[in-house]
Amino acid sequence: MGKKLTPEQQNYKDFSKKREPKRPVFKNCIKAFVVGGLICVLGQIFQAIYIKHFGFTEKTAASPTSATLIIISVLLTGLGVYDKIAQWAGAGTAVPITGFANTMASAAIEHRSEGYVLGVGGNMFKISGPVIVFGVFSAFVISIIKVIFNFFGG
Amino acid sequence: MVKGNQSFIFNAGIFILSTSTVVGPFEGKGPLSGDFDIIHDDIWMNQDSFEKAEKIMLEEAALRTIEKAGIKKEEINLFISGDLLSQIISSNFAARTIGSPYIGIYSACSGSMESLLLAALIMEGNDIPYILTGTSSHNASAEKQFRYPTEYGSQKPPTAQWTVTGAGTCLLTKMFQGPKITSATIGKIVDMGVCDPFNMGSAMAPAAADTLYTHFQDLGITPDYYDIIATGDLGNVGHKICKDLLKDKGLEMPDNIFTDCGMLIYGDNQNVQAGGSGCACSAVVTFGHFLNRMNRKEIKRILVVATGALHSPLSYQQKESIPGIAHGVAIEM
Repeated sequence: MGKKLTPEQQNYKDFSKKREPKRPVFKNCIKAFVVGGLICVLGQIFQAIYIKHFGFTEKTAASPTSATLIIISVLLTGLGVYDKIAQWAGAGTAVPITGFANTMASAAIEHRSEGYVLGVGGNMFKISGPVIVFGVFSAFVISIIKVIFNFFGG
Repeated sequence: MVKGNQSFIFNAGIFILSTSTVVGPFEGKGPLSGDFDIIHDDIWMNQDSFEKAEKIMLEEAALRTIEKAGIKKEEINLFISGDLLSQIISSNFAARTIGSPYIGIYSACSGSMESLLLAALIMEGNDIPYILTGTSSHNASAEKQFRYPTEYGSQKPPTAQWTVTGAGTCLLTKMFQGPKITSATIGKIVDMGVCDPFNMGSAMAPAAADTLYTHFQDLGITPDYYDIIATGDLGNVGHKICKDLLKDKGLEMPDNIFTDCGMLIYGDNQNVQAGGSGCACSAVVTFGHFLNRMNRKEIKRILVVATGALHSPLSYQQKESIPGIAHGVAIEM
């Protein structure tokens, strides 16, 4: 990664690797799968409730469902619980929409002490910014590809 | 007196007149809680920012140390202090409160011993009555500056460490009898190409090993001369690497002597991955725990090698590796 290592540094890398505990990747994947799945089940339940009791259709229920998950995630972030769950759940809490809400809420809370404009406003997208930038850009690229395919194919 | 390439022996009789330690609630739940003077029950410490909370701890520790010594703060001839925040603001603002002549240092987590050895060096050759040294760190302010927001839900790897919330200060004088600064070894930068800021133990272990090896070479003594040899904040990952590096060099570190402040400060049930870190880690463990044990006559000679990772958030993003440093100070009864 980054700089080229000298032979001495390469030796040390091998030396230290043997003594460092590894990330339990398999265990983390299982946990992420379970927790991520549970969050989706929760979303499904909210969706069902919105359709059954509030007159939403399957399509329109998506908005209040994600909004509810976001509110829960932001609340748990503010109460200082979300990071504890995330240490256990890993990608399980990071990937769903709750993870995105957590990045914004945590950055906003963290920089509250620097004021609303420069602190909260300036730092809220510190972590989630790249997600938006590359999300929008990849959507653009995919759209271009789709247009080209449609042009030749259609 | 210079001894070898990097070490100094102090003959003038430089004593630790008093020390003081202040910690946050999480450290107060650890196994060393009985060794700290002030334990805050809230990480905000009644301030509106974590940076201000850190400054408060350093001020409290400094003022408590001065009070314990039975002198007035106007009598302090020099205050040497460092911390982790940009432009070492905690130290600067604490020095503003104390009002004494001040030298601010940045040496990351090795600041506790760097300030102590600088004070000893200055005192050795000069007729200065009182020098106060200290360091502070705050878990939330350090995470904010070096990593992610505190409440951000990222999964930390098992090599990650927990920055200690606390401050430790130490008052040196020649006019006293007690724990004495006997020697010091100034470390060199050792960079073994580790780039991962969640793996500080591995990044700093070679520097610690280098300083320890040099210390014993320069002074012509063996590890069993000391009752305790403690590295600053290598954590259990770095500690093992450091021990094995020294073993490869032919220096066997006995298990009952060789330890690490970052391994001592938190209990197994506190889930801090590899252990504690931060400027305050070696400061509160040395000035609290070790010196209390020395004063109780349980141990007589200690060597503390505080370890520092001298990178910045920018240098890490620019793919620079982490330069490690370690400074050693020996204290004897």
